[in-house]
Amino acid sequence: MTKIVAKTGNEAMAEAMRQINPDVVAAYPITPATEIVQIFSSFVSNGEVDTLFVPTESEHSAISACVGAAAAGARVMTGTSSQGLALMHEVLFIAGGLRLPIVICEVNRALSSPINIHCDHSDTMASRDAGWIQIFSEDPQEAYDQTILAMKLSEQLFVPSMVTTDGFIISHAMQRVEIFDDNEVQEYLGEPKRPYNLLDVDNPITVGPLALQDYFMEIKVQQANFIKESRSKIKEILNDFNKKMKRDYSVVEKYMMDDAEFCFVALGSTAGTLRYTVDRLRKEGEKVGLLKVRFYRPFFEEDIVESLKNIKGCAIFDRSDMFAGTGGHLFNDVKSALYNSSSRPFLKDYVYGLGGRDIDVEDIESVYRDIKEFTENNGKGETVKYITVRE
Amino acid sequence: MANIKELASKGNFFSPGHRACAGCGGTIILRLLSAAAGENTVFVGATGCMEVVSTIYPYTSWKVPFMHNAFENSAATASGVESAYRALKKRGKINKDINIIAFGGDGGTYDIGLQSLSGAMERGHKLLYVCYDNGAYMNTGIQRSSATPFGASTTTSPAGKEIKGKMQHRKDLTEIMIAHNIPYVAQASIFYWNDFVEKVKKALNVDGPSFIDVLSPCPLGWGSEPSASVELSELAVSTHFWNVFECENGKYKINVKPKKEKPLEEFLFKQQRFKHLKNNPELVEELRRYLNEKYQNLLKKEECSNR
Repeated sequence: MTKIVAKTGNEAMAEAMRQINPDVVAAYPITPATEIVQIFSSFVSNGEVDTLFVPTESEHSAISACVGAAAAGARVMTGTSSQGLALMHEVLFIAGGLRLPIVICEVNRALSSPINIHCDHSDTMASRDAGWIQIFSEDPQEAYDQTILAMKLSEQLFVPSMVTTDGFIISHAMQRVEIFDDNEVQEYLGEPKRPYNLLDVDNPITVGPLALQDYFMEIKVQQANFIKESRSKIKEILNDFNKKMKRDYSVVEKYMMDDAEFCFVALGSTAGTLRYTVDRLRKEGEKVGLLKVRFYRPFFEEDIVESLKNIKGCAIFDRSDMFAGTGGHLFNDVKSALYNSSSRPFLKDYVYGLGGRDIDVEDIESVYRDIKEFTENNGKGETVKYITVRE
Repeated sequence: MANIKELASKGNFFSPGHRACAGCGGTIILRLLSAAAGENTVFVGATGCMEVVSTIYPYTSWKVPFMHNAFENSAATASGVESAYRALKKRGKINKDINIIAFGGDGGTYDIGLQSLSGAMERGHKLLYVCYDNGAYMNTGIQRSSATPFGASTTTSPAGKEIKGKMQHRKDLTEIMIAHNIPYVAQASIFYWNDFVEKVKKALNVDGPSFIDVLSPCPLGWGSEPSASVELSELAVSTHFWNVFECENGKYKINVKPKKEKPLEEFLFKQQRFKHLKNNPELVEELRRYLNEKYQNLLKKEECSNR
């Protein structure tokens, strides 16, 4: 039995955490993710969960405590954003390397400088190489569902996960959310199982040793191979989630792509505006579709290439810039995925929405006109365009 | 009080074959610490000499569970282990009583890990933090730390023509820990091994956080003979360079009051890091003044807190 409620992204994530009832939550507040741990700590205070809440003195210590607790066999979660995720950066790689199932509820917010509290994807993108699963959410419903899914993925695959929402746009916007029964969530997740446990004093292990030239590479190649293979496992787990929890999620989501000649590719909340714009353009007879990338890490290269095989011109929406003179992260990943494909669309990057800059339907319609023109000109001219910027 | 044979026969949880230098104080500290704590103990070590020498994959010196996360976060990591322990115990998934001990060198404790340590102590986790304090960043090649004593030459405070080594006194971390109002804080020296062992047992028995700072001779960083490490651990105490004391629930006790105080020079000039001070007696005087003041203050604190 599901229940329909009105929740913000932060409330939806906190609700998922309540239902997961982790053993340990270690966290530090940061705008716009503060509410997640704030709401969760009230669940702790009121005895609605029996989680041990560790209110650390920094995000670095929060993720460090999560690593310790996860190695000790506990089910562990935290929440953060922006500078907080950046402060965790060092330990994110350690969690990935130690293959510890930790879930972060991450609210996307611009990295300083200048300091800004609003949404872009620079924080999550900066941690894309840490060996974590990264899932983007379009709305509070996805934020809620994917938080539960992420716990399952991490515990099945021994890869930590971050589920992201867009700061304020999702984190603070209230929408209709279907909530599972508490016991449905518990049944779905089951008991956490670990092959090793630091607290098993009868079978002592050494965690996090020093591996030098003679072993380091084998260990990292194992990690790389596992991540590569995890893509098919993620699809299996996602299908199982859809079946058990009555959802219809895929690793990349296609909308009106069957006969599309042009398409938009995006992550997170902007997919909603893009879908609406696709509908409008379709009414005018334009053959346009949308590809929403749900999983950014691991990167589902084959699915993306397959989705784009009949597309003539493709507009990538990047809410982050790599500061390499080559545009945003999604653009660069899609571009490299397409390199060995026999059918490559013309590709152009539209960097938008940095620091929470709004994007509306008219902006997207002008992107559509631009990508059409770019395609007609056989991809001549600049391949990266910063949109909605003051002249 | 156990004798050292009894202690050794109880089990060796930090086994030989590690890669530490001859005369390393850190490994003696870990050997005593793990023997005192016993088999139901989980260790969390900061990046540093002791982690590096003890866990070169695929080998480990640890016969009890050991975890290394990063440099500045062994206290935070241990606080996570301790929280998991309490959570799993509450849910009936663990029945045993387990000690949780975090450790780090003075770099990982006084400097880069101070915030993480302070946070873990303030939150009241039931864990013991032990600092093996050799007074510099020895693992990276003897750079100054805030625990480096006044006048000592290190690779980032070298004794030169103008500047004669480190020109600041040590940070008093033990007092900072006492200011956290935690139940048990102590300083120890491996020469007084039985005192250290008793302190570990006391620390593990308190219901809350505890901290022990142990002087850790480092032949490489101090420029001392490997065979002199234990002797230096005695001289440090009898010259008041290092005070062996504890503060239990706010009450100070100086555990070793040297019957015969020795001149500071006896401690200093067995070490190359202080040799340039032979030509700078005024710097030795400044160090002596500072150390005497510390000891006098400690005597006053002992008197006041037990009144």
